[in-house]
Amino acid sequence: MSANQWTITAARDALRKGEISAVDLTMSCLTAIDAGDGLNAFVHKTPELALEQARAADGRLKAGDAPAMCGIPLGIKDLFCTKGVPSQAASNILKGFRPEYESTVTSKLFGAGAVMLGKLNMDEFAMGSSNETSAYGNAVSPWRRRGSNVQLTPGGSSGGSASAVAADLCLAATGTDTGGSIRQPAAFTGIVGIKPTYGRVSRWGIVAFASSLDQAGPMTKSVRDAAIMLQAMAGHDPKDSTSADIPVPDFEAALTGDIRGKVIGIPKEYRMDGMPEEIEALWQQGIAMLKDAGAEVRDISLPHTKYALPAYYVIAPAEASSNLARYDGVRYGHRAKLAQGDGITEMYEKTRAEGFGAEVQRRVMVGTYVLSAGFYDAYYNRARKVRALIKRDFEAVFAEGVDAILTPATPSAAFGLGEMADADPVKMYLNDVFTVTVNLAGLPGISVPVGLDAQGLPLGLQLIGRPWEEGALLNYADVLESRAGFVAKAEKWW
Amino acid sequence: MAIDIDTARKVAKLARIRVEEADLPKLAGQLSGILGFMEELNEVDVTGVEPMTSVTPMRLKRRADVVTDGNIQAQVLKNAPDAREGFFAVPKVVE
Repeated sequence: MSANQWTITAARDALRKGEISAVDLTMSCLTAIDAGDGLNAFVHKTPELALEQARAADGRLKAGDAPAMCGIPLGIKDLFCTKGVPSQAASNILKGFRPEYESTVTSKLFGAGAVMLGKLNMDEFAMGSSNETSAYGNAVSPWRRRGSNVQLTPGGSSGGSASAVAADLCLAATGTDTGGSIRQPAAFTGIVGIKPTYGRVSRWGIVAFASSLDQAGPMTKSVRDAAIMLQAMAGHDPKDSTSADIPVPDFEAALTGDIRGKVIGIPKEYRMDGMPEEIEALWQQGIAMLKDAGAEVRDISLPHTKYALPAYYVIAPAEASSNLARYDGVRYGHRAKLAQGDGITEMYEKTRAEGFGAEVQRRVMVGTYVLSAGFYDAYYNRARKVRALIKRDFEAVFAEGVDAILTPATPSAAFGLGEMADADPVKMYLNDVFTVTVNLAGLPGISVPVGLDAQGLPLGLQLIGRPWEEGALLNYADVLESRAGFVAKAEKWW
Repeated sequence: MAIDIDTARKVAKLARIRVEEADLPKLAGQLSGILGFMEELNEVDVTGVEPMTSVTPMRLKRRADVVTDGNIQAQVLKNAPDAREGFFAVPKVVE
């Protein structure tokens, strides 16, 4: 096994024992990245920076000052602002933008000694579930259906992150999740992805999509890796007023493997009409695994589940239309070429028409509409009230003693790139049906690979935890992971 | 509620996104579809429910009202499409 295929856990131990240097580990990933251009996962490569950071990490390792992430090569989603390195949220409107500052998450990771290999593909402004809205073109999944060479989506919006981790181009990657953008791509590619509790990880320096829903998290090859990397990303940040000023517990220490007596809720509303039988079977397997580990499984009801998706598709575009108002061609990014006599309004309109892709334009306009005079109450306020009810559903089951909730992560396995091209936009939105409730309620959720479908594609289950209890959630996920024993890898074609 | 072409034109204008006349019917159709989907929310009884404003029940932190950075004009202007004499430059705004 070459070093780029390692987990963070294995690499950390090998680095500390001096069995490999951070430079050699980084070189191994850089080689894999150059051989992986067919996946279109890395869209800006930063090999010089990576080697410079790796040499510094080797210095720290030698001096005995080695946090867990020291020398670990990562991919960074293009949504994170990285100083001096292109950060364009996969949008043409930010083409050429090189931030003069570093996001809090990447600063913390670099402070812990992590190495950045480059920036990763994603849906434009994180709006999408298939990585097909990217200005860089589609990211491609390393997975293929058995006996087929149809290119599949790695999911979205963190599609480049999922593809890169699943194809071993890096040890792990950062992702962000507004409605499922970490958990759905993780499920599609057979990796682990956790969206922490809202406020656990600072949003400062991450290009904003929907500020009350956005949260960054790690995408990794194992649950233990997710615990280690989340540790380095989390914590209070005075620069994000919604970042929680509470201590970050030791997540890795929470992985005791003991879940005896814990109550796992199974929400009946997640049993959707027309859900493939394979998803239902996988869910039943997951239930059996947790029972076998000593958990008590209980049927629960989250009655407003059905309304989560429409509420999300009011709230997220509303916040996006406000957040994306800043892209006006004045301070950074693209500015349209103006015709004789064009004034500032034409500059705004032409710049935004040229710079934003179709899905982003659609969402900005939906958001503009639901916030406009006369419709604010009917759409936006109603959606926020329904959101309160969705949150209340979760609070009620947690108050009744439920420790975590088990659901499918996605309603299907990965689909082919282009297969949804002619579908109604709403059909694509249905991908988020199991994940979006978690963002609306601000809860932590994790996707764990559990099995393969009949065509040989990964399927994942989602565990939803109580607020601020990522440690316990990771422990349940670790138990599920070890019982499922998912070891399948995509066969290399790229 | 169905969005007609005039409403689509108005929304595009409010959003400051140029949409060609020929593209308005398709846009109106897509916006209608999305808004139709949102209308499922009308089934929910929201009587007496306050709109959710804060994701986690905590008071927003305040900080001292002091300058924490500054003197970074060059950095601020670094990514500007058009900067002149220390300012962002835009087409003439007033006659």
